[in-house]
Amino acid sequence: MKLLSSLTSLLLSGLLSTAWAEAPADPLNSVMWEYVHEVHLDQAPVVFDSKVEVHLPASAEDSMQVPVSARWNGSERVEEIRLIADLNPIIRVLSYEPVKARPSIAVRFKVQQGTIVRAAMRTTDGVWHVNGAYIDAAGGGCTTPSASQMMASWEDHYGELHAQVWPGEANTDRLRFQMMHPMDTGLSDGIPKFIIETVEVHDASTEELLGRITLHEPVAENPMITLDPQHAVEGYRVSFRDNNGLHVSGVIESHSQIPELLAGQFPMQ
Amino acid sequence: MPAWTRLILFGFLLPELLLASPIYHLQPREVAPDTYVLFGLKEGLTQKNHGNIVNTAFLVTEEGVLVLDSGPSKRYGEELREAIAQVTDQPIAAVWITHHHPDHAFGNQAFDLKRVHALPQTIEGLKAQGPGFLDNLYRLVGSAMQGTDVALPGQVLEPGVVEFGGHRLRKIALHGHTGADLAVFDETTGVLFAGDLVFHNRALATPHAQIAPWLESLNRLEQLPFRLLIPGHGEPAPDAAPIQQTRRHLNWLHDVLARASLQGRHMNEIMQTQIPEEFEDITLFREELARSVVHLYPKYEAQTLIFIETEE
Repeated sequence: MKLLSSLTSLLLSGLLSTAWAEAPADPLNSVMWEYVHEVHLDQAPVVFDSKVEVHLPASAEDSMQVPVSARWNGSERVEEIRLIADLNPIIRVLSYEPVKARPSIAVRFKVQQGTIVRAAMRTTDGVWHVNGAYIDAAGGGCTTPSASQMMASWEDHYGELHAQVWPGEANTDRLRFQMMHPMDTGLSDGIPKFIIETVEVHDASTEELLGRITLHEPVAENPMITLDPQHAVEGYRVSFRDNNGLHVSGVIESHSQIPELLAGQFPMQ
Repeated sequence: MPAWTRLILFGFLLPELLLASPIYHLQPREVAPDTYVLFGLKEGLTQKNHGNIVNTAFLVTEEGVLVLDSGPSKRYGEELREAIAQVTDQPIAAVWITHHHPDHAFGNQAFDLKRVHALPQTIEGLKAQGPGFLDNLYRLVGSAMQGTDVALPGQVLEPGVVEFGGHRLRKIALHGHTGADLAVFDETTGVLFAGDLVFHNRALATPHAQIAPWLESLNRLEQLPFRLLIPGHGEPAPDAAPIQQTRRHLNWLHDVLARASLQGRHMNEIMQTQIPEEFEDITLFREELARSVVHLYPKYEAQTLIFIETEE
């Protein structure tokens, strides 16, 4: 009997500690909201918060390359940012842990149809702060083969890294980098999933981790990522790994010169 | 007849009734002797405007009618033919398509394709991108697109001067707005049909734009001794003001994109750029800026990134 009661209390306390938070009503009225909360926000407590700034165009000019950016204007520390597209066949776009970086990220992704796009930011108290917007889209972004898949020469540039660093605000730098990769979702007939799965940014001299990104299938091909890491004196080591065994890293020196452009006229494109 | 029967019958007949009455209400405006323009709205493609956002034109001569651009849908093409028939009994001798964008070339089905002419690259562009344009227009414009399909011009247009029914017409092959942009200068009346190389008080659409050649094309157009300028979108003008406005807009776009790329900005930051006062009266300016950033910025930002040696 005593055993039973202690078992019961153990079970109860276990249930209580994993108690699921109710999802508040979605101001964006998405039919997917409860599912998104359950699966992509771990059923954790959520507040809709205008301190989460999300920018995306009103409609997708190119459903294969939709620019989205998110940043946190609050004072609490953000441990993780998730970008979510409610009506994409694969909902999660990416997760970003800004370990020593401003809670901000910009990336381009694929949309399959008009959808709510959200940024969720988890503060240290475990609460997800969520904001988002609707994007109108022609569709086809996720089930269309990547442009590189349709060109024979994509392998020539596979795994290349291009990057630049600029001085940013308040002891941060602006770091932009592009990794040449088809980012095939696996949803297009006969083309298996082939994506970069993780990206890490380290301080090149101390090897301290500044940020880690987990990419998912909707990230656009040749991912172009903009971060604001804490200033590193000598530079940044960007490393990335794909699901096909590629694992490379390269060092971007701080404030390296933008070739030939600062001096002369910027060529018209 | 019971009410429900009437309802069903009406339901069947309604689409037919709708087809019978015009939806575009095209009003040809005589802008010069024998020269008519059908001015579209300075808007984006919507269900409400049926895609009528484009300027098309026709020239009535003793050798028949010359049509410039066929419009955004089969239905538009058909109503354009009816509008022409209201003005003249002359048959349609030729249709010249200025470039491969859907609002200018999706009325082709209403015409005898053996009489539809375009530059080779325009035909290729329609062939390659037409199906994608079509999906997009059905989505944006909806029912007015009914029956519209990609119809390729049957004749390759040769640049140069031709005599056509008493008009000396100069066909000028340029590019910049797209890979092939036709401008037509009627030396007899002094009317310059600039196609989409020139917009007037309507923001530039840039999905296939290259800024440098577009600016060169504007210089070529500005040197022509025209008396009246018909832009692809927006109002006509007796002078080069629309050319200058288009040039200022392009230069501004270049400056914004170049500056942003040198500062490490990402696309969403540029989309929030403040619009200069001189462009405030141009419709759709901010909407088109957001589109232009997506079209043009990848080439700018690529200039500022450097190749990084990587190791396993």
